[in-house]
Amino acid sequence: MEELEEQLLREVLSFYRGKKNELIPILLEVQGNFSYLPEDAIQLIASFLNIAEGEIYSVASFYAQFRLLPLGRQCVTVCRGTACHIRGSHQILQEIEKAVGVKEGETSSDMEYTLETVACIGCCALAPCLRINNNVHGEMTLEKVRGLFNPESSSGLSLDGRG
Amino acid sequence: MIKKQYSLTVCQGTGCISGGAEDIFSSLEDEIDRLNLGEGIRIKRTGCHGFCQRGPLVVVDPETSSGLFYSKVAPGDVSDIIQSFLPGGKPVERLFYRDPASSKPIPNYHDIPFYRKQERIVLRNCGHIDPEDIDDYLATGGYQALRKALFEMTPEQIIAEVKQSGLRGLGGAGFPAGRKWEATFRAGGNEKYVICNADEGDPGAFQDRSVLEADPHSVLEGMVIAGYAVGARRGFIYVRAEYPLAVKRLRIAITQARDKGFLGRDILGSGFGFDIEIFRGAGAFVCGESTALVLSIEGKRGMPKPLPRPRTAEVGLWGKPTLLNNVKTFANIPLIIVRGSEWFASRGTETSKGTAIFSLTGKVANCGLIEVPMGTRLREIIFDIGGGVPGGKAFKAVQTGGPSGGCIPASLLDMPVDFDSLTAAGSMMGSGGMVVMDEDTCMVDVARYFLDFTQRESCGQCIPCRVGTKQMFSVLDDITTGQGRPEDIDLLLELGESVAGTSLCALGQTAPNPVLTTIRYFRDEYEAHIHEKRCPAGVCQALVSKTPSLSKREGEGDK
Repeated sequence: MEELEEQLLREVLSFYRGKKNELIPILLEVQGNFSYLPEDAIQLIASFLNIAEGEIYSVASFYAQFRLLPLGRQCVTVCRGTACHIRGSHQILQEIEKAVGVKEGETSSDMEYTLETVACIGCCALAPCLRINNNVHGEMTLEKVRGLFNPESSSGLSLDGRG
Repeated sequence: MIKKQYSLTVCQGTGCISGGAEDIFSSLEDEIDRLNLGEGIRIKRTGCHGFCQRGPLVVVDPETSSGLFYSKVAPGDVSDIIQSFLPGGKPVERLFYRDPASSKPIPNYHDIPFYRKQERIVLRNCGHIDPEDIDDYLATGGYQALRKALFEMTPEQIIAEVKQSGLRGLGGAGFPAGRKWEATFRAGGNEKYVICNADEGDPGAFQDRSVLEADPHSVLEGMVIAGYAVGARRGFIYVRAEYPLAVKRLRIAITQARDKGFLGRDILGSGFGFDIEIFRGAGAFVCGESTALVLSIEGKRGMPKPLPRPRTAEVGLWGKPTLLNNVKTFANIPLIIVRGSEWFASRGTETSKGTAIFSLTGKVANCGLIEVPMGTRLREIIFDIGGGVPGGKAFKAVQTGGPSGGCIPASLLDMPVDFDSLTAAGSMMGSGGMVVMDEDTCMVDVARYFLDFTQRESCGQCIPCRVGTKQMFSVLDDITTGQGRPEDIDLLLELGESVAGTSLCALGQTAPNPVLTTIRYFRDEYEAHIHEKRCPAGVCQALVSKTPSLSKREGEGDK
């Protein structure tokens, strides 16, 4: 682990008391800083909480939020909620897979995109929807997907997401 | 310059924000400053109005019957909205909501059919108050219930009031809230906890998110009253990790409530102390089960405890008696305390009192969050409030209760909706998702979709759920890809019965519902897939030469 990263991690941990029930809040916060749970960080958290690393992996692999691999710069999360499903989220996902060249659950080799799905974003009235980093884009169509991931508009985030 | 005082509210719910509502708010503010109209126009942020599909929403004078409702507002509309307040200015007609059937503009908030037929109790403040300003909540009578509870009522009286109201838990199962409160009150020991379940895991439901984003103090107030009634001093709100805005607003609300003395060691000088912490969930559907949720707060894998399971009211968080209710259940409490149980019980049906909140979505003209008295007919919800199925398509079914619920066919549209009628129809209230399906929705695909969800979310500790849901999923996958066998329907029924009857917790016990109800009401669709290798709705890609594309569906006028 880089020195700076270790410093950041120790700073995060300094806000906790080292009690076992702090594990999930710690993991969420560490992931918030590193975008995933690095192996070195898990070692350090284990010694901080005085629990086995295996216990942390058992918790981290149980909850959908936690990642053990780093994220791309743009994390694209396609909603698989019911309203989105019946309004065609599957086709949206396929179109994005085509546009960014990675499959669900993968990160592109240049670390630009990670493509994920989520059970529900909770924007069902704007179905089908997706999220790019923290921005929700609603009422998606195949055309809007092409616009968002068009190489010419490489920022990819210029659309305002309105229907 | 402006004679009358206007108030302008800009929705800042997650839906409207995704449409650019934050920019619209700041542009409106800038324009008011630029023209020096701050004296005449008061502008404020609100939470969700429920009509997210029409967002971003801007409402002028929302409290008056002549309040104007502007929908789909864009930054380019800001100047016209402000100009409309100046002498000679006219309302901005192009932003009026238009009736989907007649295209007639409906300018006033209260005349829009989507709102007119609702009765908003839990959602009373949503879209009206600034969720980040406790003074706005106080101005609506907020925290008066807490004062009344602390200074005029004993814990026993509060519990009696909640029992008499007939309020049932709005998290899904509908267990009588008062009985839970009483059990926690009677359980021994000095240390007890109150937990608010805001881990809204059902795909297709967003009411808990909306309430937390729009009116967080009503939930906090309900929790403090609950703490006083059952004898707890600490509360937790277990919030789904996918809801960052709800977490942010809750944090602000908790800080403000502490500053005003509604939370803390000695609340309002009563000697009663109670404080609330936020616990962010990490994404596990099974944590909706109370023993799993409690383990999750303890920092463990959220797996339901084996049977015989102790009641959380007796052995809950860290082994102590714990009261666990849903967001909407707590939001009802302040009104029951202030207005009384009779007032609350005067609406609803014999066995389901009060109101029901639904996330009305899918193939329906008006999507959004709605609240109606228990017992309202499905037809009124879908056709009068929801405006029916768009694009001239035929209604096929409505799915309620998410992965634990089922699909209800057109023949049952006149059914009054409450906890018990939904269960009798093979579905359930669940967390209140209501997804409308039309002729273009394939019911076998819907069943496959839900089983795909439950087999992923099964925690895996009991075999019927872990293996059974996986097997049901693979049979459904075969049927939708043209490999269905004639005996598959019977196999699904048999598997469904075993999984429902022998799973450890409600996740597995209710997982077969989407399959069983679609077989019960739409068996012909299964048969078409199996015998004719045909998907009547044209959804299953392996069975149709060309699936209707999204852009085509849009062209048919459903937006």
